[in-house]
Amino acid sequence: MLTDQRQENLVQYLLPDGTLSGRGMEIWTRLNRETKLRFYREMTLVRMFDRRAILLQRQGRIGTYAPLEGQEATQIGSAMALKEEDWIFPSYREHGVAMIAGMPIANILLYWMGRVEGCKPPEGVRLLPPSVPIATQIPHAVGAAWAAKLRRESSVAVAYFGDGATSEGDFHEACNFAGVFRVPVILFCQNNGYAISVPFSRQSASETVAERAAAYGFPGVRVDGNDVLAVYDVMTEAVKRARSGQGPTLIEAVTYRKGSHTTADDAKRYRPDAEVAEWVQKKDPLKRYIHLLRAEGLLNEAEEKEWEQECKRRIDEAIREAESRPPAPPTHLFAHVYAQLSPNERRQQKQLEQDKGGVG
Amino acid sequence: MTIVQAICDGMRVALKTDPSVIVLGEDVGKNGGVFRATDGLWEEFGDERVIDTPLAEAGIVGTSIGLAVNGFRPVAEIQFMGFIYPAFEQIVTHAARLRTRTQGVFPASLVIRAPYGGGIRAPELHCDSTESLFVHIPGLKVVVPSTPSDAKGLLLAAIKDPDPVIFLEPMRIYRSVKEEVPEGWFEVPLGKARRVREGDDLSVFAWGAMVPIAEKAAREWEQKGVSCDVIDLRTLYPLDEETIIESIKKTGRAVIVHEAPKTAGLGAELIALIQEHAFLYLEAPIARVTGYDAPVPMFALEDHFLPGVERVSQAIGQVASF
Repeated sequence: MLTDQRQENLVQYLLPDGTLSGRGMEIWTRLNRETKLRFYREMTLVRMFDRRAILLQRQGRIGTYAPLEGQEATQIGSAMALKEEDWIFPSYREHGVAMIAGMPIANILLYWMGRVEGCKPPEGVRLLPPSVPIATQIPHAVGAAWAAKLRRESSVAVAYFGDGATSEGDFHEACNFAGVFRVPVILFCQNNGYAISVPFSRQSASETVAERAAAYGFPGVRVDGNDVLAVYDVMTEAVKRARSGQGPTLIEAVTYRKGSHTTADDAKRYRPDAEVAEWVQKKDPLKRYIHLLRAEGLLNEAEEKEWEQECKRRIDEAIREAESRPPAPPTHLFAHVYAQLSPNERRQQKQLEQDKGGVG
Repeated sequence: MTIVQAICDGMRVALKTDPSVIVLGEDVGKNGGVFRATDGLWEEFGDERVIDTPLAEAGIVGTSIGLAVNGFRPVAEIQFMGFIYPAFEQIVTHAARLRTRTQGVFPASLVIRAPYGGGIRAPELHCDSTESLFVHIPGLKVVVPSTPSDAKGLLLAAIKDPDPVIFLEPMRIYRSVKEEVPEGWFEVPLGKARRVREGDDLSVFAWGAMVPIAEKAAREWEQKGVSCDVIDLRTLYPLDEETIIESIKKTGRAVIVHEAPKTAGLGAELIALIQEHAFLYLEAPIARVTGYDAPVPMFALEDHFLPGVERVSQAIGQVASF
C-alpha cells in the first residue's frame, strides 16, 4: 500500500475530491474544450468496454481477460499526448492506450478471443501487439526510438509496463541503453501497486520507481496516475523533451487496478478490503474528473447518459463485428511464419489441410 | 581472404550498399571486434553505423528488434555463442514471432552473428555449439558458413533476408582457410547446401568447423576405395532437403558429423528426415559422430570432446562395411 510519505513529490493537479490545485487551474485554462471533453469520453468508453469484456469472459465469449478499471487516466492521459507518428510498445492491460492509438475495439476483442488477427493494427498505426512476457517490450521501444534518432525523425517511442516489470533485467538494460544513447523514448510505468499478488515493497527496496531514472542519467517523474490532467501534462512534457533531442524520461504513474490481475485471478486473496475501498471510493480517476467537468459546466447528467449510450452502441457494434468475423482456416497457422515458406512448412501446411486441422 | 575477413568484407559491402544496415554489439567499434570481424568498419562508417553498445546481450538483441521494426536492418554481434543466452528470450519470444504476431506488419528483419564452437583453446564457456536450440524455433533461420566465399555470400543473403537469421561463425576455422572471395555484393542463397566432394558410396553431412574434418576423413577413404558424398549443409534451417535426400538415394549410407552434443542435436532431425523420405534406400544404420552429452569441457579435454578425423573416419568405415 502506498504510504503517505510516498505520496509526496507526486505531481497532482486534480485532487481526489475533484477540485483543482493551484497549478491544476493553470493547466486547465490552457486546455481547449474538446480535449477536456475527450478525456472524459475516452475514459468512459474504455471503462465501459472493460466492464463489458469481463461479462463476455464470464459468458465464455472471450478468453481470460486482463481488466484495467482504475487505470483509465494513466492510459488515456498518456496516450492522448502522443501523435500518430509515435511508436507504442504496450503490455497486456493497455486497452485504453490501444484505443487512442487507433486500434479498433473489435481487434482488441479478437485478441482476447485468442485470435492473432486482433494484433494487426490498421495501416499507419504504430502499435505493437501486447507484450505478455514482462518487460520484454521495453528494449524494443528503446530500439524504435533509437531508429528515429538515427534518421533525425521527430517521432518518439513509448514503452508501457507495470511495477513488476521494473524487477526484470530487460527494464534495466533498456533504461541503460536509453540513457547511454539518449534516445527519444518515454518509459511509462503504471505502478498499480501489485504484480499479480506481490506488492511493490517486494519488487524493490527503492521507495519509488521514478527515482531509479537518476542512475540511468535521465529524469524520472512521479505522477498521480488517477489524475488525467497531471498524466497528460507530465507525458506532454516528456514527449516534448524526447522530440527536441533531450532524451528519455521515466514516468511512474501511481495508480491502482480496481479488479483482479485477470479474470482468472481473485484479488481478494491478497489485497486488504480497506485498501481497495480507499482507491475505489476516494481516488477513482473517472469520478473525480466527472466532478470537475460538472463543476465547470462542461457536462450534465443528460450528456453523460447520451455519451454512455454512444459508448454502448460502439461496444455492441465491435462485439458484433468481432463475433461475426469468419474463423481463420487452420492453415492460417503458417500465414506469416516466414516471408516465404520453406518446402518443410509448405508440406506441413498441406498435411494440416488434409487433416482438416485435426479438429472435429 | 579468410572467413573472418570475408565476414568483415560482407558487412562493409552491406553498410556501403544499404543505408538501413547498422552493426552493433560489444567491442565492434573502435576495437574492430574481439576477432577483428568488424575491423576498420567504425573508422569507415562512423559511430552511428557501427555502434559499441553496453555489455548486455538481451539489450543488444532487444533494441535491435525495435530498430528493425522502425526500418533499420541491424547486424547484431553476440561476442560468443556461449553468451547468447541472456538474449534467448528476445530471440525466441520476439524476433522469431513478430512476423506472425503482427500478421506481417512489423517483422523483425535482423541478423544476429555469433562466433561458435570449440577448438581454439578459449576460456571456459566460450565454445558452445547450441545451434539446435535455434533450429527448433519456428520463425528463425540458422546459417553456418565453412568457407570464406560462403561466409560473405551467406552473410549478405542473411542481411537481405526479411526474416531473422542466426548467423553462426565457426571460430576454429576463422583464419585456417584462405581463398579468393568475389568482390562487392554477392549472395549465396539460404537453404541451399554445398557439395564439398562428389561420391557414390556414402554421404557425409557436416557444417561449420566439422566440414574440413569430414573432408579429410573422406579423402582418406577415397584411397581405400570408398567414395564419399560430402555435403556442407550451410543453412541449418531451412534445410536443403532436396540435396540431402538426393544424396542418400544415391549412396544409401550416411554419417552425420556435428560438434554439438548428440541428444536432440540436428543429426537426429536429419535422420528423421532421411527415414521419412528415403527409408527404402537405406542400406545401413546412419551413424552420428558428435560431441558427447556432457557440458562442453574446458580446453584441456576439448580434443576428446570434439569429433576429429579419426572418429569420423572410423564411423565411415563402419557404415560403409555394414
